[in-house]
Amino acid sequence: MSVGTSLPHDSAALHVTGRARYVDDLPVPADTLHLAFGISTIAHGEITSMDLSAVRAAPGVVAVLTAEDLPFANDVSPSAHDEPMLSTGTVHFVGQPIFLVVAESHLQARKAARLGQISYKERPALLTVDQALAANSRFEDGPVIWSKGDAAAAIAKAPRVIEGTFDMGGQEHFYLEGQIALSVPNEGGVTVHCSSQHPTEIQHKVAEAIGTHMNAVRVEMRRMGGGFGGKESQGNALACSTAIVARMTGRAAKMRYDRDDDMVITGKRHDFRIHYRAGVTDEGRILGIEFLQLARCGWSMDLSLPVADRAMLHSDNAYNLENIRIESHRLKTNTQSATAYRGFGGPQGMIGIERAMDHIAHVLGRDPVAVRKANYYNDMGDGSQTTPYHMPVEDFILGALTERLEASADYQARKKAVADWNAKNDVLKKGIALTPVKFGISFTLTHYNQAGALVHVYQDGSIHLNHGGTEMGQGLNRKVAQVVAAGFGVDPGAVQITATDTGKVPNTSATAASSGADLNGMAAKAATDTIRERMAEFLAREHQAEPAAVRFEGGRVKIGGEDMAFEEAAKRCYQGRVSLSSTGFYATPKITWDRKAGRGRPFYYFAYGASVTEVVVDTLTGENRILRTDILHDAGNSLNPALDIGQVEGAYVQGAGWLTTEELVWDDKGRLKTHAPSTYKIPACSDRPRIFNVALWDGPNREETIYRSKAVGEPPFMHGISAFSALADACAACGPHWPDLQAPATAEAVLAAVKRARGTV
Amino acid sequence: MKKVHVTTNVNGDQVEFLADPRETLLDCLRNHLDLTGTKEGCGTGDCGACSVTLDGTLVCSCLVLGVEAEGKKIETIEGMASDGELHPLQRKFIEHAALQCGFCTPGILVAAKSLLDTNPDPSESEIRFWLAGNLCRCTGYDKIVRAVQDAAAEMRGAA
Repeated sequence: MSVGTSLPHDSAALHVTGRARYVDDLPVPADTLHLAFGISTIAHGEITSMDLSAVRAAPGVVAVLTAEDLPFANDVSPSAHDEPMLSTGTVHFVGQPIFLVVAESHLQARKAARLGQISYKERPALLTVDQALAANSRFEDGPVIWSKGDAAAAIAKAPRVIEGTFDMGGQEHFYLEGQIALSVPNEGGVTVHCSSQHPTEIQHKVAEAIGTHMNAVRVEMRRMGGGFGGKESQGNALACSTAIVARMTGRAAKMRYDRDDDMVITGKRHDFRIHYRAGVTDEGRILGIEFLQLARCGWSMDLSLPVADRAMLHSDNAYNLENIRIESHRLKTNTQSATAYRGFGGPQGMIGIERAMDHIAHVLGRDPVAVRKANYYNDMGDGSQTTPYHMPVEDFILGALTERLEASADYQARKKAVADWNAKNDVLKKGIALTPVKFGISFTLTHYNQAGALVHVYQDGSIHLNHGGTEMGQGLNRKVAQVVAAGFGVDPGAVQITATDTGKVPNTSATAASSGADLNGMAAKAATDTIRERMAEFLAREHQAEPAAVRFEGGRVKIGGEDMAFEEAAKRCYQGRVSLSSTGFYATPKITWDRKAGRGRPFYYFAYGASVTEVVVDTLTGENRILRTDILHDAGNSLNPALDIGQVEGAYVQGAGWLTTEELVWDDKGRLKTHAPSTYKIPACSDRPRIFNVALWDGPNREETIYRSKAVGEPPFMHGISAFSALADACAACGPHWPDLQAPATAEAVLAAVKRARGTV
Repeated sequence: MKKVHVTTNVNGDQVEFLADPRETLLDCLRNHLDLTGTKEGCGTGDCGACSVTLDGTLVCSCLVLGVEAEGKKIETIEGMASDGELHPLQRKFIEHAALQCGFCTPGILVAAKSLLDTNPDPSESEIRFWLAGNLCRCTGYDKIVRAVQDAAAEMRGAA
C-alpha cells in the first residue's frame, strides 16, 4: 500500500542534481524578449508628466508600454477589478508599476526601467491603520461584526476584566524563487509558463488582457520554488505583461522580478492590530470577550476580505467562548496590497486570543497552560459546543493531545527548571510556553472547494496523472501519485506526474487553504476508481466472474485462478476496447457559509496540534535563542509522514520567523526599507531550535477525507506562536509588570519588554 | 561593451565563453553554459542559492564576475554526482527529506560539500553556522542538518 508511506518528494532526485527545471531554467527561443516595470517612487499622487524618452533610447529597448498602450483589460486583481496592471494616472504606493519596458535582455530591461522621468502631484499618503481609520479609508462600507451571546454584559458582570492592545507585523513570503512568467505565442493565443499557485486565475486574467476567451490561453506550471500564498495572485501582472507582449510582437516574452522589485512590488502578510477585552473568573475562565481587529490591507482589495474573515474565524482558536463579539476593519492604505500568506489571516486572529490567554495568566498569577485548558472546548464534543460563528465543534482532540505533549515534552518539570534558572540568573532569562492550534480546513469561498483530475492508463500499464493542484515544494504531486498507485495496486513509480496544465484539467482552484491533497487527492481517486472499475468489469466478464472479485494489488491483477501483471491487464483491456482514461471530480461536502451574517459551517473539519517552545533571552541586548521545541501535530492518517513532518518543521520555523526576526519597515514616505535579505531577516540554519522534536498525532480524520488524512500546509505555521509566548514569558521573568511584548519580537522589542517588566521604561 | 573571451574549467571540463565584463559568474553559468542548477535567489550574496566553488573556495556566484573565472576551476551542483552515482550528500538529502521546493537545494549541497571537504567531522553547531549563509524558506533546516551529519558519518566510514 503506497498510501501512508514516507516516500521522497517526487522531484527529489532532480532537486539534488540541479536538474529540476523552474521557469527561469526553461530553454527559450533565441529572440525572446525580456520585461521590467518602471515603478512609482511616491506613495500617493497624480502623475503630472511622464518622459520616457531615455527609457526608449536605452540599449536593447524594443518598446515601452503605458496604460494607454494596453489593447484590452488593464487589470490584474483577483477580486474587485481594482488593480490596474499599469497605473492609469494615479499612484497608490511606492512600487506601483507605471510603465513596462520590453528589451532584448533581462538586464537591459531592468536598467532602462530606472530611466523614466516622472513628475507627480503628491497627495497625502495613508500609511498606518490609525491614519486609515481617521480617514475612514476602508474596503466594504464599514466594519464586519460577528457575535455570539452577549459579550458586553458578560464582561460587565465578570470578577476581573483584562484588556490590551497587540500589534503584529506583516511578513514577506521570501519564496527563494522570485515571481516569473514566460509567454510563448501560438496560432490562436498564448502558452504561459509561470510560477503560480493558481494557473486558472492566470489563464483568466491573461485572457482578459489579450482579449480572447480562456480557451485561447494555456497555462503550464510544473513547479514553484516556494509559494506560501505569495503566488496566488501576485504573479498575475507578470503573466499578463508577457502575454500582451507575446501577442503584440509574435515573440516569446519573459519577465522575472529581481529580489528588490519583488519585495517592493508584491503584497505581503497583513499586519494587524488587535485590541482585546476579556471578562474572566479568578481561575481564568473567560466569561465574555471582545476583539477589535484592524487589518492593514494596502491599496487594492486583492484577497483582503477573506483574509480578514479568516482572522475573525480563528479568534476563538481552541477555546469555547460563549459570549464573544468580533469587530473587523479592513483598512485601505497607500502600501503594497497585502495578500495571501500561509494561514491566510488565521495566524493573526489566533494570536489575538493566545495573547489574551498569556495576559490573563499573568494578571492572575496562574500557569498559562492551566488557563488555556480551563477554556478548551471539550474533546469530541456532542455538537452542543459551537464556535463564535455557530459551527458545532465535534472533532476536538486538544485535551488529549495537550496531555500527551505535556508528558512527552516534560513541560511541568521544565517549567519549574526555567523558574529555578531565572531565580539564579540575572542576565540570561529563560521562558517556556505551550500553545495549541485549531485550524479550520476549507476555502471560505465555498465554490473554491472543488477539484478535477485526469488519469490515463496506457496499454503498457504505465500511468499518467494530472490534477489541478500545483507543486510548490509541499510534495502534493507525490501524495496524489500515492493515492493513484494505491487505487491500481501498483508501485508509485509507475505513476508519471505531469505539470499542472489548464488544457488538461480546467477550472481549478488555487492550491491554497491547505487544500491541495484533500481536494486533488479525492479527484484523482475518483478518476482512478472509474478506470479500475472499467478494467474490473471487463476482466470479470472474460472470466465469467463478478467485478468485485477482481483484485488489484502488488502490481498484479488477480481474478479467479489467474494472476497477471498490471501491464498485462492494461494491454488486455486496451485490446478489449475499454476506455483507460478518465477525469475525476470532487466537491467538498457539508459546507455552508454566510459570511455577512458570520454563520454556518465554513469548514469541513479542523486540524489540531500543540507545541512547546523554550527560549533564552539576553536581557542586556534583547538577543534570544530557541533552545528546544516539541510539536505534536494532527495530520489525521498521514498520507506521507516524512512530507507531513517536513511541513510541520518548516511551518514552525516560518511562523517563529514571522513573530521574531522578520520585521518590515516602511519610512514616513511609505518606502519599504527592508527590501532585500540584507535587511529583512528570515530564519537561517543557525536559528533552528537546538532541540527539535516533531511527532504526528495518530488518530484518523473523523470526516471522510482522502484516506482519512488531514490538511497540513498551514495549521502548523501557528505553532510559531509558542516561540513568541515563550519570549514573552522570559521577559515577564525580569520583573513584576506585564511586559506587553509586541510582534515581531526583534531584539529591540524584547529589550523594550524587559524594561516594561522591570518598570524602568 | 566589448565581450571578453573566458577559458575556464567547470566540473572538470575545459569550457570557453564570451562574457560581457559586467556579467556575473552566475549569469555566465546559466546563460552561456546552460548550467541552470545554480539559482539566483537574491542577487546580492545573502541567500546562497547561487553557491559554487571557485578554486575550492565557496562563493556566491552572483558576487563574482564571469571574467574572474579565467583560468580557474569551478565546481557546480551539476558536477557533484559522478558517473551517474549520487554523492553521499545528495543521497542523504533524499533519504532525510531534507528538501521541499528544491530551489535552495543545489546551493546548500555545494556549501555542505565544501564544509565536508575541509572538515570531515563537523559538529552540529559547525554545520549550522557554516550553512547560515544559505537560506531555505521551506524546511526549517532540521532535516538538512541531519542529512549533512549522516552524510559526513558515512563518508568517514567509507574513507
